[in-house]
Amino acid sequence: MSLVVEGLSKNYSKNLVALNTISFSAKKGECIGIVGESGSGKSTLGKVLVGLENYKEGTITYNGAPVVPTKRSRLREYRKNVQMIFQDSSSSLNPKLPVWESVLEPLDNFKECSPAFLEGQNLSRKETAEQLLIMVGLDKELAGRYPEELSGGQKQRVSIARALSIEPSLLICDEPTASLDVTVQVQILNLLKDFQKKMDMTILFISHDIRAVTFLCEQIIVLKNGTIQDQFGINELYHKSRHPYTKALIEAASIQ
Amino acid sequence: MDTVLTKSTALVRNPNMLGGIILAVFLAGVMFLGGALVPYDPFKIDMGNRLQEASTLHWLGTDQLGRDIFSRIVFGAKLTIGLGMLAIFMAVCIGVPIGLISGYIGGRMDAFFMRIIDGILTFPDFILAIAIAGILGPSLTNIVIAIVLVRWIVYARVVRGLVLSEKEKEYVLVSKTSFSSPIKTIRLHLLPHVMPDIIVMAAIDVGKVILLISALSYIGLGAQPPIPEWGAMLNDGQGYFQVKPSLMVYPGLAIMVTVLCCNLLGDGLKSHFDIRKGRQEL
Repeated sequence: MSLVVEGLSKNYSKNLVALNTISFSAKKGECIGIVGESGSGKSTLGKVLVGLENYKEGTITYNGAPVVPTKRSRLREYRKNVQMIFQDSSSSLNPKLPVWESVLEPLDNFKECSPAFLEGQNLSRKETAEQLLIMVGLDKELAGRYPEELSGGQKQRVSIARALSIEPSLLICDEPTASLDVTVQVQILNLLKDFQKKMDMTILFISHDIRAVTFLCEQIIVLKNGTIQDQFGINELYHKSRHPYTKALIEAASIQ
Repeated sequence: MDTVLTKSTALVRNPNMLGGIILAVFLAGVMFLGGALVPYDPFKIDMGNRLQEASTLHWLGTDQLGRDIFSRIVFGAKLTIGLGMLAIFMAVCIGVPIGLISGYIGGRMDAFFMRIIDGILTFPDFILAIAIAGILGPSLTNIVIAIVLVRWIVYARVVRGLVLSEKEKEYVLVSKTSFSSPIKTIRLHLLPHVMPDIIVMAAIDVGKVILLISALSYIGLGAQPPIPEWGAMLNDGQGYFQVKPSLMVYPGLAIMVTVLCCNLLGDGLKSHFDIRKGRQEL
């Protein structure tokens, strides 16, 4: 077991329950999809897991240690292992920095990392950034550009390169394809799938789009109003025992 | 090189900016070269030559103690403009870091600074500067201290506001989840974000502060005679205003031109940055 969440609850205020006794677990190398409509608490769950939101009830452990650690040395270890990709590709890069500076930020903080894409070479910072861009299928010429000169799909690839640069063992994706058009969505999903196999990462894929989730994940969790409605393996997607809400989501997706 | 060229031509094409730059170059010339060019010692009293009209010897005439007004105004430029810029520079150096930390860290630190700022804000800044200068005693150093104590608040508040809206952006969150220290996040992401606004504000504020220093000197709290600070020169001249208005007109004009320069530069920079911002958001 790499990630175990037990009885996780979070309220924003007395009447607003964001998460209600969530429990699930993810094995190493597994891809878990979390599906739900807007306001179902799925983004909150992602933020709690990377420590951007705190929580009062429940326990989260990652590789046996509680999450998110407060001790600095352990927090550092956790940050090195857990990275997040956000939804909005337009605000995920600093508009005032050239792409190569943005993409190097995590690697700069974990200098001891020697990720596989470097192949043991000793490259300058800019060359390292170019290697990262090539790794996610971008032209290395893009390194010197500013985010405003990139398309949405390119920006999202840069975000992925940044998150994967330190080879995390758990990647949390908060709707990484939501702001992209369909063909680019497929490219990004394929990219994530490739890396998941190559790096043997655990991926927590949060999305409102059940098609994207079924494409990538083996386990699916359906969230509604902060509670888990349904939890099943991908091969049981069309099974009779599916929760009515899951059925409604599948139906809505097939209409589109 | 090409982009630098197009950027600088775009900068100059803006009429405010162009006017501001021309005045700024002129004033900088006066500040740095004026001392060497002035024909007379600005402090030298010559009672035999008092209250002279403008002539080829004394371009703007002489004052009630026979000192050359042109020399005094040129000499005073360094003092008045230099002190204005120094005061704003110090206010920026105090206000911007406080605003950045207060906005980004939040919590108790933020509450602490905001209560101080709210407290100081309840006084009009001119009155507060008078009070501080009054307590510390009249001198140019003290009014610069007074002005810095009053002005840093404005920067801290503006920066805090900008940071509050920016820190929820995803690239700042990513910086946090990448284990960047708060200082690194602030330096790499938040400081560059607030800089354009700060530069515009500071440019306009230099003009305001020059007015404030002159006003405080005029009422006797700032520069003391015989220092040729422009506001102090206005004060010196007021007794002779009816016989010799030029004693007050020329320092007044000098203040006006300087403040105009700051305002033009500020407006020019503002539209320059706004245009760039607009292009980024498209």
